[in-house]
Amino acid sequence: MTAPLLAVEGLTTEFATKAGILRAVNGVSFEVARGEVMGLVGESGSGKTVTGFSILGLIDPPGRVTGGSVRLDGQELVGLPGGAMRAIRGKRIAMVFQDPAMTLNPVLSIGTQMGLAIRAHANMSEAKARQHMAAVLTRVGIPDAARRLDAFPHQFSGGMRQRVAIAMALLHAPDLIIADEPTTALDVSIQAQILAEVKSLVAETGMAMIWISHDLATVSSLAHRIAVMYAGRIVEQGPAVAVLRQPRHRYTSGLLASLPSRAQPGAELVQIPGAPPSLTALPPGCAFAPRCPRADRACETLPAMTREGQRVHACHHPVEAGEAA
Amino acid sequence: MLGFVIQRLLQAVVVMLVMSMLVFAGVYAIGNPIDVFLPANATQEIRAQTIAAYGFDRPLWEQYWRFLVRLAHGDFGRSLIFGMPVLPLILSKLPATLEIALAAVLVGTLLGVPLGIYAGYRPNSPLARLIMALSIFGFSVPTFWIGLVLILTFGVYLGWLPAGSRGDTVLVFGVPFSFLTWNGLQHMLLPALNLTFFKLAMMIRLSRAGTREIMLTDTIKFARAAGLSERAVLGRHVLKLISIPIVTVFGLELGSTLAFAVVTETIFSWPGVGKLIIDSITSLDRPVMVAYLVLVAFLFITINLLVDLTYATLDPRLRRGRTA
Ligand SMILES: Nc1ncnc2c1ncn2[C@@H]1O[C@H](COP(=O)(O)OP(=O)(O)OP(=O)(O)O)[C@@H](O)[C@H]1O
Ligand SMILES: [Mg+2]
Repeated sequence: MTAPLLAVEGLTTEFATKAGILRAVNGVSFEVARGEVMGLVGESGSGKTVTGFSILGLIDPPGRVTGGSVRLDGQELVGLPGGAMRAIRGKRIAMVFQDPAMTLNPVLSIGTQMGLAIRAHANMSEAKARQHMAAVLTRVGIPDAARRLDAFPHQFSGGMRQRVAIAMALLHAPDLIIADEPTTALDVSIQAQILAEVKSLVAETGMAMIWISHDLATVSSLAHRIAVMYAGRIVEQGPAVAVLRQPRHRYTSGLLASLPSRAQPGAELVQIPGAPPSLTALPPGCAFAPRCPRADRACETLPAMTREGQRVHACHHPVEAGEAA
Repeated sequence: MLGFVIQRLLQAVVVMLVMSMLVFAGVYAIGNPIDVFLPANATQEIRAQTIAAYGFDRPLWEQYWRFLVRLAHGDFGRSLIFGMPVLPLILSKLPATLEIALAAVLVGTLLGVPLGIYAGYRPNSPLARLIMALSIFGFSVPTFWIGLVLILTFGVYLGWLPAGSRGDTVLVFGVPFSFLTWNGLQHMLLPALNLTFFKLAMMIRLSRAGTREIMLTDTIKFARAAGLSERAVLGRHVLKLISIPIVTVFGLELGSTLAFAVVTETIFSWPGVGKLIIDSITSLDRPVMVAYLVLVAFLFITINLLVDLTYATLDPRLRRGRTA
């Protein structure tokens, strides 16, 4: 087995808040191989974005990565000095954010912003840089790209804007892209288009990707592997097909059951009852127990990660095959 | 674009008309200027003659109408004190004010914006706290007090700089400026410095607030995620984003300093328009007051127009047409 491209181990990120220490990412471990798409799934507030930012060293005070390690091709990124980390951002690991209307600078032209991103890592003549930008924009499906370099973000539609953001992430052909719900802010048909394009991009370039989403349906069409996050911890991960067909953690099965596509026509949507716990006051045991139909005394202790072949889960009473979730 | 400018100019005419009415009525209410400049022992006859000569015996509307008619011919009237036409009088004092006002606003901006950006970028650093202390000082200490301290320190105690009057000037296209001679520059330093404190404080405040807010946005996170250096983040992204409020305040400050540098010009006996207006108020030099305030309205309208035109070049969202 070859070494993974990215190895995250015990990653822990905390924010000092008025209510106390908020552990947004709590001992998260996973690996991403070259060319692999990993889906990171969880409810709002489960720590997906903070995980992405932590990998890139983009946590601002009052937040801090307080433990664990992130290794890229064996190189430790946690605690890397600013300059060295900057050399990796955008060059080897790039990130695309949720809302392109918020991420692109409204008063700089697309060409200027992409130019800044190019010049952050490469010395390129103006003419060559423009050529490169136009080529990448064309690749993500922006017509007439060379001319549109001088356009400003507001002159693009939402979907086109997100394509621009994806193009910016592709400029230096990174080994890994962290895509943080890049289609959530778009309407459904555009979502599907971009999803399809991203899929073929990944296949063409062989780059790896962490696709963050709260929507299992989106992830299922794209990811090779899925990690499910709950209250800052990964509660289950494994090959996408296995996790989706036979979830082991009861949070995962709850998520699957609440998918609209799985509902019987006319029947009411199933929802997981209750709300996630406050991250400043986590219960000592399984964080999902208060909402879990199978919770008992055993769940008052933290379940260990149990390995089963290619997959792991952290549940005292995993869903058994054949059991109705 | 042309339509926009024309619309603004029409608006300007209306504002100036209203302004002139207000000023006219206000000045009329203050009292009869004749008593101020006639000798105390002037006969009743001479008094009546003089009043008639200036038309002060006429009803207000008629005086105003005459003023408008003369104005239509480009004539603002004559100063009662200087005995010369008002417009050339004001214009002759303008360069002196222009140079200290422009110097103060420029230096305040060029210094204040980088300091403010730094203070917003590293809000908890000791240097940022020092910058903010400076800004609070500039805001809260009255101009006249700073002026007196400057005069006492550099003019009287140290004796390094002259503390009054304008010094040597050079004609540039027929306009006298003092910043081009060594002596003139020395004279201008203290009054300009005195005006600078407030502008500096203002620009620091403004840039700091803008920077703090922008640093928290996804735009900056995204730029950093692309590997941009902090220098590029601040110098390109942040600076461009805060430039719009800065241009606005730059314009307003320049306008208000040009119009009302009264305190500084009085303290430093600087022969500018601020000193002219305060002198004409004490001597009830009615034509100067009216013309001055109408011109000030014109000045602000012009500056606002320029600021709006600058917006369009800074913020692409305000430009119309040419959608790519
Ligand atoms: N700068 C911050 N200061 C304090 N708390 C923060 C900060 N950023 C994130 N958090 C907290 O960390 C937790 C995880 O947030 P995160 O943004 O990672 O959630 P998410 O899984 O990405 O959710 P979503 O689907 O809504 O994007 C949340 O409880 C959030 O309140
Ligand atoms: Mg998020």
